[in-house]
Amino acid sequence: MTSWPILSVVTFLPIVGALFIACLRDDEAGARNARWVALWTTLLTFAVSLILVWRFDLSSADFQFLEKHPWLGGGISYSMGVDGISLPFVILTTAVMPISIAASWTSIQRRVRAYMIAFLVLETLMVGTFCALDLVLFYLFFEGGLIPMFLIIGVWGGPRRVYASFKFFLYTFAGSVLMLLAIMAMYWQAGTTDIPTLLHHAFPRYLQTWAWFAFLASFAVKMPMWPVHTWLPDAHVEAPTAGSVILAAILLKMGGYGFLRFSLPMFPQASVELAPLIYALSVVAIVYTSLVALMQEDVKKLIAYSSVAHMGFVTMGLFAMTAQGVAGGIFQMISHGIVSAALFLCVGVIYDRMHTREIAAYGGLVNRMPVYAFAFMVFTLANVGLPGTSGFVGEFLTLIGTFRVNNWVATLATLGTILSAAYALWLYRKVIFGKLEKPSLFHINDIGWREIAVLAPLVILTIVFGVYPKPVLDMSAASVTQLIDNFEHAVSSVQTAAVR
Amino acid sequence: MYEAIVILPLIGAFIAGAISLVGARNRYPGVNPSPPHDDHAAPLVPEHTHGAPQPQTTHAEIDHSSLEKDVISEPTAGSQAAELITTTLLGISWVLSCIAFVNVGLQGHDVRVTIFNFITSADLKVDWALRVDPLTAVMLVVVTTISSLVHLYSIGYMADDPYKPRFFSYLSFFTFAMLMLVTADNLLQLFFGWEGVGLASYLLIGFWFHKPEANAAAIKAFIVNRVGDFGFALGIFTVFLLTGSLAFDTVFAQAPSLVGKTFHYLSFNVDALTVICLLLFMGAMGKSAQFLLHTWLPDAMEGPTPVSALIHAATMVTAGVFMVARLSPLFELSPDAKACVVVVGATTAMFAATVGLVQNDIKRIIAYSTCSQLGYMFVAMGSGAYSIGMFHLFTHAFFKALLFLGSGSVILAMHHEQDIRKMGGLWRKIPFTYATMVVGTLALTGFPFTAGFFSKDAIIEADDTIAGMAASYGFIMTVAAAALTAFYSWRLIFKTFHGEPHDHHHYEAAHETTLTMLVPLGVLAVGSFAAGWPFLHLFEGHGAEQFFRNSLALGATNHVLENMEHLPLATSLAPTVMMIGGFLVAWQFYIRRPDIPAALARDQAVLYRFLLNAWYFDKIYDASFVRPAMWLGRLLWKGGDGFVIDGFGPDGVSARVLDVTRSVVRLQTGYLYHYAFAMLIGVAAFVTWFMFAGVH
Repeated sequence: MTSWPILSVVTFLPIVGALFIACLRDDEAGARNARWVALWTTLLTFAVSLILVWRFDLSSADFQFLEKHPWLGGGISYSMGVDGISLPFVILTTAVMPISIAASWTSIQRRVRAYMIAFLVLETLMVGTFCALDLVLFYLFFEGGLIPMFLIIGVWGGPRRVYASFKFFLYTFAGSVLMLLAIMAMYWQAGTTDIPTLLHHAFPRYLQTWAWFAFLASFAVKMPMWPVHTWLPDAHVEAPTAGSVILAAILLKMGGYGFLRFSLPMFPQASVELAPLIYALSVVAIVYTSLVALMQEDVKKLIAYSSVAHMGFVTMGLFAMTAQGVAGGIFQMISHGIVSAALFLCVGVIYDRMHTREIAAYGGLVNRMPVYAFAFMVFTLANVGLPGTSGFVGEFLTLIGTFRVNNWVATLATLGTILSAAYALWLYRKVIFGKLEKPSLFHINDIGWREIAVLAPLVILTIVFGVYPKPVLDMSAASVTQLIDNFEHAVSSVQTAAVR
Repeated sequence: MYEAIVILPLIGAFIAGAISLVGARNRYPGVNPSPPHDDHAAPLVPEHTHGAPQPQTTHAEIDHSSLEKDVISEPTAGSQAAELITTTLLGISWVLSCIAFVNVGLQGHDVRVTIFNFITSADLKVDWALRVDPLTAVMLVVVTTISSLVHLYSIGYMADDPYKPRFFSYLSFFTFAMLMLVTADNLLQLFFGWEGVGLASYLLIGFWFHKPEANAAAIKAFIVNRVGDFGFALGIFTVFLLTGSLAFDTVFAQAPSLVGKTFHYLSFNVDALTVICLLLFMGAMGKSAQFLLHTWLPDAMEGPTPVSALIHAATMVTAGVFMVARLSPLFELSPDAKACVVVVGATTAMFAATVGLVQNDIKRIIAYSTCSQLGYMFVAMGSGAYSIGMFHLFTHAFFKALLFLGSGSVILAMHHEQDIRKMGGLWRKIPFTYATMVVGTLALTGFPFTAGFFSKDAIIEADDTIAGMAASYGFIMTVAAAALTAFYSWRLIFKTFHGEPHDHHHYEAAHETTLTMLVPLGVLAVGSFAAGWPFLHLFEGHGAEQFFRNSLALGATNHVLENMEHLPLATSLAPTVMMIGGFLVAWQFYIRRPDIPAALARDQAVLYRFLLNAWYFDKIYDASFVRPAMWLGRLLWKGGDGFVIDGFGPDGVSARVLDVTRSVVRLQTGYLYHYAFAMLIGVAAFVTWFMFAGVH
């Protein structure tokens, strides 16, 4: 444990960088400095967040690095802390940020300062979401994160950016209104917004059910779960590369984190009763979106649809409520954060060169871009879930965890592993393999050193976590065990009460 | 030492891969993209136009006069180093494997080495660990022997290929994955090796990435194997659910307690052990190209020939057989599963042999032959004669690798011509290749005192000792397939090496290849004899029980190995008689009366086309799986996502909203900030509410 407010530092350091950038002049030199300031800020934030890993007590399931200050009155406080469930996401966020700043280095030339500020503010809000231990604080961070993302898509996006950001806004806004109502109801019922207290508060049955649905509305959109997923392909297609990276790597994880932090521990009976609904939606997501992905003509859309399918494994695993299912769900989210970020970066590489995302516009890139082809292959295989890559561990654990509870669901979900091989390898073949026949591609260049520096850490992480997933699994193990113990206790106590 | 056997090929793969990447980078240095002139060339489009964005032309000038050839000719710098390093490391691995064989197999010291923890999640604990028992020792020798010879052969075969380091990297990576597979100590590591060899197979089939057929075959191989792995994965889940572990020792110890238990799977109550075995066997069917999941193997011949020899004949495709042997303690407890294995194996043996009769591509004939021989191995496994099946795996590795490498030599001599109708009379031009291929064919057809004679006859005998419908079916199919095997094998030899040359141009230029290619052929030809009789006592009779010890389970009622010694002479002679019959028919058809086959194909056109198209499996699968999946994908995309969800969801809502706000939307970016501002106000209102609500 540390004596200084380390979580607040990690959370608000990016804002300090953003303020600094805001003071820069609005010219060419200012833009250049803005990039460097943003990069150093995010790197520094990442370095500080590593202290969390170093000082984290793996054996404890409690919240650590606690900070608590009275804030708005009425029991609402500025309360921060992390446990084994939130810490992996904090690290994922701080690790992906420098990569996305570096990926925007040359592709963003317009309003560079504003762009960098938006990203840094976004980082603060995302880290805050994972660290907040007060419902109100969580809600502010969670919903606040929409604003910079909305602007990133809407200002620096592609030709149909307004449609995409509008769709993104409509979906997420509808979800958050419902969540807000649920938060208010919880506050009236429990008299506090302190999350650690709420975790042990037994909510009455009727409130559980409808609050569960209200939270589902918000988290399902974020995940995104079928059928509220259609904003994602459009948002990805129009977002700039780094926007897609953050969207896929971190924003989608807020939904899964929400399930873990609120739905499952606070409304256990509702979760048990409604788990079949989640199973059904997850299986539909896995099979349906994989089939849709098969037919895509746009590289980013294909990867976006595959993201929805992979998130289906997460929701399925989480609601199985077995140790493997939950641990696998968390791991799958971290792995997807790495792999999908990398896949979108890979798309960015060719988009920066050819300014199209149409699959048919490519072919035979391996002839001139062998190093790129290698990196793309590693991420494609991770997307397929090949053992030895991080993608496998998450899929395997969620499936084995779910199989214990419901083998119909697990069997149907396993079909997704066949389909993922089909669409991912098909994409790879169309883009990378074949003869280099399109005249526009004759002079395409392989990735430069900056791009290698961006992709190399992700290649290494993909393989290391595939062979040795222990660091992530151990980090969350104690908290997952406690989550499941509490869950089973809550469910069984109600059952025994019913029997009496 | 045992770690070194596995790791050395991986090190080789890394080094060769690094050489390949560095070489590629020197050829095409990378450049960071230049900043776009204006990343907002396209105007803001408020209308909802669906459809893919139009591709924009590049900024680079397109000079059609300097079309670059995508097939380069200069070999990468360091190619020789890559070849030498990978081949040497494999050589070392081979020596160590032989030592391991003596230590573990002959002197009886089983070894288990834990490397490090793989996955721990509550009660699921899986380690990376090496398990070397006699069963593994046999596989270690097979894999490293064939792999080293294929590495050596490839130095000659791939001499003109500019991507040699990449090729050797893949080959060594394959060997690593295969060694992980055979040394696996738990089901998950087995699955890792399983998918690893699948990846290597995918990469090597698609090695010549500019060939569309090679790419298609590579993807097909991967996906068909995934279908098998679907079953394998479910089998792993079931094992974990019922035994609480994935480690072989624990699972095998738990297995007897599952006898007679039912498991509620997919709304059915089924026998627990049978469902486990059949699900896992589905994986074996995919990897070993058994009937229904065999379609990828003939297409896999698009890969370079050394790959076909190593992966698609000697080692990877036998992984399914190895898996059943490894899991014999489970299969032994489920008679239904064993019967199923016999039926699948026998059907494959017969089916592939019939298709092999009429193929014209030299490699495809051998591929179907491999498929058929794998069927034989499964018949042995299903009969409970695990050691006999392993024996055939062992001998088959030698003579089938020999046949493939020999056909590679023929193909190279004929300048990459693979159609046997265009060959003929080649024995005069490439006598050494001819001689070795005849040896391989003798062994394959089970000519007395060759390696195949001992192992294949033993399978048919073993099957004859057990009772039941499945066994009778297996016996008939395997005996009949023996005749067909002899026919198509000799057909290949006669059409390739005998008769009159059909393509004089290629015939004149044909010549024997380099020493690095001939040495492996010679070694394997010796192996086609030496792998048989000298090893017979390790795999058959009481010797087998002493040699394999606990690594192969034999149930209390399993007396296959004993009963085999008391068979009537007629049974033992049956396969030999069939083999001679097949040879004579081939002799009649292709040497004495070469006009018969064409007339027969004309008279029986339907049957001929049925066999030529391999029973139309590709067409059936295309119509029943591939096309419906694509049709469904398009329907769900356009109809489900586009029409239903978007139409009634965001688009419907936004259309209404836009009607109202159209007049406000004149300002381009103001539109956006408008909403952002609205969100901010919402958040602010929320905070205010809480502040006041909190006061009372």
